[in-house]
Amino acid sequence: MAVFLTKESKVLVQGMTGGEGMKHTRRMLAAGTNVVGGVNPRKAGQTVDFDERAVPVFGAVAEGMRATGADVTVVFVPPAFAKSAVVEAADAGIGLAVVITEGIPVHDSVAFTSYAKEKGTRIIGPNCPGLITPGQSNAGIIPADITRSGRVGLVSKSGTLTYQLMYELRDIGFSTCVGIGGDPVVGTTHIDCLAAFQDDPDTELIVLIGEIGGDAEERAAAYIRDHVTKPVVGYIAGFTAPEGKTMGHAGAIVSGSSGTAQAKKEALEAAGVKVGNTPTETARLVLDRLETGA
Amino acid sequence: MDLYEHQARGLFQEHGIPVPRAEVTDSPQGAREIARRLGGRVVVKAQVKTGGRGKAGGVRLAADPPAAELTARQILGMDIKGHTVGKVMLAQPVDIEAEFYVSYVLDRAAGRFLAIASAEGGMDIEEVAASRPEAVARIHIDPVEGVTSAKAGEIADAAGLPARTVDVLVRLWQVLVREDAVLVEVNPLVRTRQGEILALDGKVTLDDNARFRQARWGDESVAHDDPLEAAAAAKGLNYVKLEGEVGIIGNGAGLVMSTLDVVAGCGARPANFLDIGGGASARVMADGLSVILSDPAVKSVFVNVFGGITACDAVADGIVQALEAVELTKPLVVRLDGNNAVRGRAILDGRAHPLVQQATTMDGAARRAAQLANTS
Repeated sequence: MAVFLTKESKVLVQGMTGGEGMKHTRRMLAAGTNVVGGVNPRKAGQTVDFDERAVPVFGAVAEGMRATGADVTVVFVPPAFAKSAVVEAADAGIGLAVVITEGIPVHDSVAFTSYAKEKGTRIIGPNCPGLITPGQSNAGIIPADITRSGRVGLVSKSGTLTYQLMYELRDIGFSTCVGIGGDPVVGTTHIDCLAAFQDDPDTELIVLIGEIGGDAEERAAAYIRDHVTKPVVGYIAGFTAPEGKTMGHAGAIVSGSSGTAQAKKEALEAAGVKVGNTPTETARLVLDRLETGA
Repeated sequence: MDLYEHQARGLFQEHGIPVPRAEVTDSPQGAREIARRLGGRVVVKAQVKTGGRGKAGGVRLAADPPAAELTARQILGMDIKGHTVGKVMLAQPVDIEAEFYVSYVLDRAAGRFLAIASAEGGMDIEEVAASRPEAVARIHIDPVEGVTSAKAGEIADAAGLPARTVDVLVRLWQVLVREDAVLVEVNPLVRTRQGEILALDGKVTLDDNARFRQARWGDESVAHDDPLEAAAAAKGLNYVKLEGEVGIIGNGAGLVMSTLDVVAGCGARPANFLDIGGGASARVMADGLSVILSDPAVKSVFVNVFGGITACDAVADGIVQALEAVELTKPLVVRLDGNNAVRGRAILDGRAHPLVQQATTMDGAARRAAQLANTS
């Protein structure tokens, strides 16, 4: 079953005809994603050939949805145009918008996440690698060939840490991996993913990867304590990050006593989550837990 | 990006928020002249991007222009929590009758901006919020509506601020939105004995992501205190200088943060954060290596790359090319994992550089890099 994305998902790509859009649409198709169209008002009516598959370009998201029944859009448009692209997708009534674009001003993210919520559109991202349900569909830029389908659900702020864990646990495999993004404001949170994995019969264990900044992990810990019965294994990055310096992601900053890795680790452990000290140790905790039976 | 107090004051003034008369200078002589223009008696304030400058002696009253010069001489060059004072602002003193606190901050969990206001300004708002939470009003702002006069009135009422602060609350929201700020804070906002409302001190943090549409920000505002950070920024690298001996290069912010932690767990201190991004191209690798090798504190370098979209053989080619462009002077430990890892490792083995060694796991590579740093 997986969460948010299955082989039934019909995917549009906003910004498909740009460099990144072309590259990753090809990769998504190779991973089995049912990409049904691209969106670019200036290239409407054209088709783009990806190996054996010709993908039509629509002038608007609504038009693409009418023609194909698309229910997911992946957004690659540049930061200056990302807000209007997401608003357009929400107005068209699409169910899921995966916003890959990095560097979107936070006022724009606040505006479009709030707008999409009103319209009933789930946003994943921005500044995220997207999500993958291995063997079924891949919406975004996650490398599909480093893992396989299985029974672990994964939620993470970080792309490369997601890939690292996907690779370390490639023999076990994943139901769905969701990269929620490293920006201060994101549309889908750790908690949203925990809730979805808890309800997903294909997910047996959940891996939660967090990093410094904000209090999303602390909130996730409280949610786990009250609502999650499946085993959760955690990892937090950024123990050595000094206060006041942004570590790559716009959201990854320790301000005063808040947002530290230690506080996040303690909150998760207090909620019964086993937390690894390194990605490799985290993978081992997952294996141990699955072997002893959850 | 944090602004200096005098820059924040400038933005407040542009948006019609009343501020005391003030000017900024980097010289004691300049301070004397400014004090004369402002009527003699002035407050001399260190311009640093950190709190607690008052306690550190960075804010002092000077009775006349010669005293202002002397005080500026003492404050300029002072170290406040690791920040060297390069400029002072001189401001006309104000007769304070009451001090308030107002700010708009990003509430990440709610995905909205939050107005925070209190009639107990002038001190650390976190302390007030902790000891007397009822004294601090917190009201979320709808992103479409923004702060109208009605909303500002609601905030002022909830915090017990005088009605005359409503105009400041509306204008402060305009600063936040029009300047693409993620934080605007006035602390204290004061009522003088003459009945004026004035923003006495302020803090503004701008959103780096909005640089493309805020052309007037210029380069001055992103000045890096650290020369290595400045050199890295000039090359477009995502680099943060730290205090240790193991240079770190990795791809992806999360993986690099994790790499720092794993190195620290092996008993060594990371010298930097450097994320060369998913592509890990030869040019970026060479630029990154040259910045790290120019750091005299670095004793070993750990390159930690996970080959996802860019497979490890391409990354290994990039490292080999980078080794042609940069003279390696310190031992380099490389860990390649992910797609085509075996081929990538073979390429590096083939290059057989005497200072390059490989490890197959992240933990093993970190141990090796830490050992090399601790024994050299």
